[in-house]
Amino acid sequence: MIVGEQKPFDEIWDMIKDYKKVLVFGCNTCVAICHAGGGKEAEILASLLKMKATQEGAAIEISHSAIERHCEPEFFQPSMEDVRKYDLVLSTACGVGVNLLSEIIGEIPVFPAINTEFFGAVPRAGEFEEHCAGCGNCILHLTGGICPIARCSKSLLNGPCGGTNNGSCEISPDIKCAWVQIYDRLKALNRLDVMKQINEAKDWSTSQGPRNIKVKLMEENTK
Amino acid sequence: MSFRDIVESGKFVVTGEIGPPKGTDIKEVLHHIELLKGKIDVANVTDNQAAVMRISSLAGCQLCLQNGLEPVLQMTCRDRNRIGLQADLLGASVLGIKTVLCLTGDHVNAGDHKQAKSVYDVESVQLLKIVNGMNNGFDMSGNELQGATDFYPGAVVTPESVPLEPQLVKFEKKVEAGAKFFQTQAIYNMDKFKDFMKYARQFPVKILAGIVVLKSAGMANFMNKNVPGIMVPQDLIDEMKAAGKEKALDTGLNIAARHIRQLKEEKICDGVHIMAIGMEDKVPEIMERAGLL
Ligand code: SF4
Ligand code: SF4
Repeated sequence: MIVGEQKPFDEIWDMIKDYKKVLVFGCNTCVAICHAGGGKEAEILASLLKMKATQEGAAIEISHSAIERHCEPEFFQPSMEDVRKYDLVLSTACGVGVNLLSEIIGEIPVFPAINTEFFGAVPRAGEFEEHCAGCGNCILHLTGGICPIARCSKSLLNGPCGGTNNGSCEISPDIKCAWVQIYDRLKALNRLDVMKQINEAKDWSTSQGPRNIKVKLMEENTK
Repeated sequence: MSFRDIVESGKFVVTGEIGPPKGTDIKEVLHHIELLKGKIDVANVTDNQAAVMRISSLAGCQLCLQNGLEPVLQMTCRDRNRIGLQADLLGASVLGIKTVLCLTGDHVNAGDHKQAKSVYDVESVQLLKIVNGMNNGFDMSGNELQGATDFYPGAVVTPESVPLEPQLVKFEKKVEAGAKFFQTQAIYNMDKFKDFMKYARQFPVKILAGIVVLKSAGMANFMNKNVPGIMVPQDLIDEMKAAGKEKALDTGLNIAARHIRQLKEEKICDGVHIMAIGMEDKVPEIMERAGLL
């Protein structure tokens, strides 16, 4: 899933304070799971902004709503008429949602209320870990299913750097060294021979945008 | 004589370090070059060491060359992609730099520009392969160079890394990728280092033991706690403590000299790499006490 965190409140306030009619617009999929931008979070953010507006004596009308997903146009359709009544949409969806709504909506600005951060897993409730960086050329079969691109601070491909420290990464004791994990995992799988092979420099061209994919539908293939 | 010739000749070599300054005032670095030349065999010129921005390693090497000290170009993969690295390697070659130390590089998190975007397009093992490719006349994409390089490539290893096994896998990959010599992270435990050397001797590479002078017992404790792969044994910490404040540095110099002497006399490794870290003026003294001058 896509993981993000709400921006600092003051930054959000600065973005919206000169608008008159603002919709805080949530997305009930990934960002709801990470408690950053679902319908509930949109509602809370809207009420905090209302309080701030009252304190500052700013005449802003602030409402909130949410839809199931912000990454496919069809989900927007039922609410577009309503959304177009505002002069600013403050989206709590991920960056994909902000981009897509900006394209669809026309003249009304769409601002981000969250910082979209990574593709993550939820190993325990309330904890999110980056596990894949979408590099476009997966090598997990060579690394025991542990991604060195996303999980090693330097995206190294041939083993740990000199900063590896009792299983932690040099950048923080709270971050595990991906290459120690990879070593342990490959050892357990009896596949250390794989780690001993030199991985050549990566072709990063697959990881750089803008990337588009056009899937050929089944019917087209069979035509 | 080039570093390749010296180290391959079997002489016990001494390498040192020159840290380029942050700013254009080069008085101090020229003074350090003056102090070290004719004493150490070559000086590594650090590459934005600890991710702190300074004069580039390439320009630092040129200063060494102009002033009669043979340099080793340290190259990290943190700040340049494969195009930048290869361009600088070609540049280094025509400036007369003959030795390259291939490093991954400390994370920007350690330095003074923490907001920077790290590069790591390639890393140490791959950089070694790039250097060897260029020595054979080809760039990384297989294009033929108009004139090949002739570098002597080296790398680093941390013999006391915890855990050690993954580090050794990487060491062996560096050997396979063409590293001819290794400088180690600072070592203090001679018995453990001998074990490492027993292992490392299987490979056709030269190993230079890293030496960092202890300035105080506090510094030893600090490094044990905070520097990955450095382990100062308790007996050395006690020795530093017993020396008291006044004699601490003197004791630290003695310990360094004693280790160097032992490494040389017992032919444990092929040389030492003295990292002065601000004590460049003490390097000749350490060498004297170790019987090298
Ligand atoms: S190798 Fe690439 S695609 Fe595979 S998990 Fe890592 S970043 Fe994702
Ligand atoms: S310590 Fe481990 S995870 Fe961190 S940069 Fe080095 S190899 Fe990568």
